[in-house]
Amino acid sequence: MTTLTQNRGRRGALWLRRAVGLLATVAATFFGLLLVTFLIGRIVPVDPVLAVVGDRAPQSVYDKVFHELGLDRPLWEQFWMWLQKVATGDFGTSFLTKKPIVEDIRRVFPATLELATVSIIIGTLVGVPAGVWAAVRQGRWADQLVRVLGLVGYSAPIFWLGLLGLLIFYAKLGVVAGPGRIDIAYEYSFTPETGLYLWDTARQGAWDAFGNAFSHIILPASLLGYFSMAYISRMTRSFMLAELGQEYIVTARVKGVPEWRIVWVHALRNAAVPLVTVIALSYAGLLEGSVLTETVFAWPGLGQYLTNSLQNADMNAVLGGTLVIGAIFVGLNLLSDLLYSMLDARVRRGS
Amino acid sequence: MTTRAWLLSEQPASRRQARLGQAYRTWLAFRGNWLAMVGLAIVVALVIVAALADVLAPYNPILGQDLNTTRLLPPLSPGHLLGTDDLARDILSRLIHGTRLTLMVVVLVALIATPIGLLVGTTAGYFGGWIDTVLMRLTDIVLAFPRLILALAFVAALGPGIENAVIAIAITSWPPYARLARAETLTVRNSDFIAATRLQGASSARIIWKHIVPLCMSSVIIRVTLDMAGIILTAAGLGFLGLGAQPPQPEWGAMIAGGRRFLIDQWWVATMPGIAIFIVSLGFNLLGDGLRDVLDPKGRK
Repeated sequence: MTTLTQNRGRRGALWLRRAVGLLATVAATFFGLLLVTFLIGRIVPVDPVLAVVGDRAPQSVYDKVFHELGLDRPLWEQFWMWLQKVATGDFGTSFLTKKPIVEDIRRVFPATLELATVSIIIGTLVGVPAGVWAAVRQGRWADQLVRVLGLVGYSAPIFWLGLLGLLIFYAKLGVVAGPGRIDIAYEYSFTPETGLYLWDTARQGAWDAFGNAFSHIILPASLLGYFSMAYISRMTRSFMLAELGQEYIVTARVKGVPEWRIVWVHALRNAAVPLVTVIALSYAGLLEGSVLTETVFAWPGLGQYLTNSLQNADMNAVLGGTLVIGAIFVGLNLLSDLLYSMLDARVRRGS
Repeated sequence: MTTRAWLLSEQPASRRQARLGQAYRTWLAFRGNWLAMVGLAIVVALVIVAALADVLAPYNPILGQDLNTTRLLPPLSPGHLLGTDDLARDILSRLIHGTRLTLMVVVLVALIATPIGLLVGTTAGYFGGWIDTVLMRLTDIVLAFPRLILALAFVAALGPGIENAVIAIAITSWPPYARLARAETLTVRNSDFIAATRLQGASSARIIWKHIVPLCMSSVIIRVTLDMAGIILTAAGLGFLGLGAQPPQPEWGAMIAGGRRFLIDQWWVATMPGIAIFIVSLGFNLLGDGLRDVLDPKGRK
């Protein structure tokens, strides 16, 4: 009785220590992200004062703005000022769109979110069964096929595959719609509430527009999904192989449990725990992969916004975008850690 | 006694024979993996083509031919095996010269990132304590950054160009090597031979560089080889976005971006460089996989 309570107390303390450690890591990572983006903003060869006043301003105006922007203060003080601004959600104004960065990001983010979500669904639905299949047929042609498909996914530049996809499926075969999210004819047949076009059109029953949006998203999402599939199937295969070699599988076989049940229920359920982490990480990777894909498919999302700002040296927008993607990335990393410790009884017990 | 028997001898007479014998056995195991051999062949071919680019390339990669007659010729045209681009430049010649840029990026990134990773990892593992905590926390932070995005932001700040692309990729790619080197260091740091060296009066720096780093090398090299495909793809991506190598340099990613405008009617301009990137990164992936199977007993199942 007493040992039980003691045990529980110790377990609680362990869990608390883990949680505090995790939070400290996240805080440090965020701080690092902020520091790096700030420093990048400082070494950029664009003069922020000239960006505000223009190159014909007299020296007195230049000096005044120089002072107002706080550029005459020490670097750490500037960093502190910048932190305060960021904490209130103020990333400055975009030089291209003349709007606050936060507003811009809010406008473009749903497009990226929709693309990444459809992609991860495709990647998981194809990648997990493919990995299971490869593990069951280890060493045979099915295994080799999954491996080669994965290798191709690892080796081909995504922007190039995107261009080829557009050339073949859009220009030559005409089976999918081209660049962009939706044809202009459908753009006003529904009201974008969430900015996720598939969701909005389906909710409002605008099925023509839904079909059009689907036809636009399917090619880029399949491509991005293919890349996450390469990773997911490879990891599924190795997790499944580890599980299928365990003794409980032998026991189940001896008991006469049908093979499909052993594979899909017994083994996959245990392999699912680390797999959740892998899927969360690939989701984060998709956000990154979207930068190139969005450029190719003229997809008006965060990636394209970032690239456009980069090419026009719109540093406020670049830093804001980098920070947002970085924050999501860190958040998903944290989420996958948390999910892992929640789902895995061994980690949960702190052993 | 044949050389083969000498190499495979169970009782090597000298340290050199044992070492060579070990290398020969590794090579035999590697040779049995035909996919890895394909990878090796691709990488060796890349190096040879890059070295002999001036001899192999039939035309100048930067200066075009006659704009009136040889612009955007399709593949298999007489004299232009892979066709020409919009400035009447021979695509094959540009691809051949592009191998130099690709190789340069890969080698430079490896040369910058590997020592940083090794230094951070072995120092953290060897000293332990707060040094370990600080260095590994730093590594985790860099690792948590989205790589391409950070490279993009760096290049935007430093200005576009292939050197800056190399720097940006290198600063974002060392953390995995640091982690690996630390893990390897932890397994050897309490060994007797390290204690013996320390008792002989060797400094920490000497122990790390002379005794620990060589032991970490093989696993780090495998990891670097596996990462090279990713490095090539990132560099090509930066080139595609116009932030890597600048025109008229024959960088493959930038060539794809250049061919994008003619995609529908002159598909080969954008397609050919993509095939080149694909083949080379596939080669590095196959080579890395093969090396891991042979050299890393932990990865063997």
